[in-house]
Amino acid sequence: MSTLQLDVITPDKTVVSLEAEMVVCPGVEGEFGVLPQHVSLLSALKIGAMRYRTGGKDEYLFISGGFVDVNNNVMTVLAESAERAADIDTARAQTARERAEKRLAAGDVDAIRAEAALSRSVSRLHIAR
Amino acid sequence: MPSLKDVKMKIVGVGKTKQITKAMNMVASAKLRSAQSRIERFRPYAAKYRQVLAELSRKMEGNAHPLLAEHEEKKNCAIVMITSDRGLCGSFNGNITSQAFRLAKEKTYAGMSVSFACVGRKGWDAARKAGYTMMTSYADRMGNSIDFALASSVAAEAIHGYETLAFDEVWLVYGEFVSMGHLPPRTICLLPLKAPKVEDSPQTSGEVRCEYIYEPKEEKLFVELLPRYVRVQVYCGMLDTSASEHAARMAAMDNATRNCNELINSLTLLYNKTRQASITSELIDIVGGAEALSG
Repeated sequence: MSTLQLDVITPDKTVVSLEAEMVVCPGVEGEFGVLPQHVSLLSALKIGAMRYRTGGKDEYLFISGGFVDVNNNVMTVLAESAERAADIDTARAQTARERAEKRLAAGDVDAIRAEAALSRSVSRLHIAR
Repeated sequence: MPSLKDVKMKIVGVGKTKQITKAMNMVASAKLRSAQSRIERFRPYAAKYRQVLAELSRKMEGNAHPLLAEHEEKKNCAIVMITSDRGLCGSFNGNITSQAFRLAKEKTYAGMSVSFACVGRKGWDAARKAGYTMMTSYADRMGNSIDFALASSVAAEAIHGYETLAFDEVWLVYGEFVSMGHLPPRTICLLPLKAPKVEDSPQTSGEVRCEYIYEPKEEKLFVELLPRYVRVQVYCGMLDTSASEHAARMAAMDNATRNCNELINSLTLLYNKTRQASITSELIDIVGGAEALSG
């Protein structure tokens, strides 16, 4: 089976670098899948789950925004943070979620930030499960 | 002539200083290694970012974004200065601040009012003492606690200022890490932003460039990505400064240890001379006394 090179890079490290058979990304205009030999693509990503299949197994990643570049059968995801499902700190995400919910309920001035924090923590929890 | 005991005490004292400088050298070298590995890990991100943005900006018309456009009237200039929090690293911070002040002077001559934003305590102290207008400081954040979030908030401030016409130019001054022995201060123009260019080496231009699919549209994507490039640059500056700080401290401490050795050598010589002098004078006394008795 043909594969494509998948690299997930954050400012702090390279999270994933492997041969994947299929990748599904949360694009800003909807989720999309990338198969090997995909046409060149540049897309912005939103906060959410990324799924990739390698060796017949599905793996999940949490991505907080960023963008993806597909070229020459190499797919590079540049995200500000990315975590494998197993590496997600559920306790921290849980408290972050509660904090964000409280802020939103209180009508905090910084509603946009609170909302972003909420969506980050919710999707982290969702992936970890 | 100092007494024998004084010299002995001095030798012990210098020996203790030497131990400290040696320890600081080793700590700095360990920190340097971790700082260097952070640079290494960041490099692929920065390189890819540059490449993607260059590809994208080829498609865009000149001033497609307010951050790319030069302001017609230039009145205010902001300088973001990244230094270390601590001293004892030779002329490292001095080089950065003097470069920044030189730039500030140039801008003042050109009729602009200059204000400073500082990351790192040393730069903050120097700029305040020199009497410049201060905006914000992020002191005590250098070292291991620098992260992308910090770079983001610095960049966000710069971008906000530029967009609201509070600044007409934003410059970044930091210590570049070229090699262990070469740590020059570096100045780059942060805003107006210069979009990275594709390096058209014969290899890449010979390749058939396939058309990209953009999602969302190029313009939207460009607007989204461009401000983030400022963050990448700021973060790059922070990582470089932190690595070169440790490298500078290593060199400074190495020098200090060497100077301690020299000092100990010369003090030991003095100690031996003093001891010999006292022995000689005692001998003279004894001989003189014996002469007097026999005479």
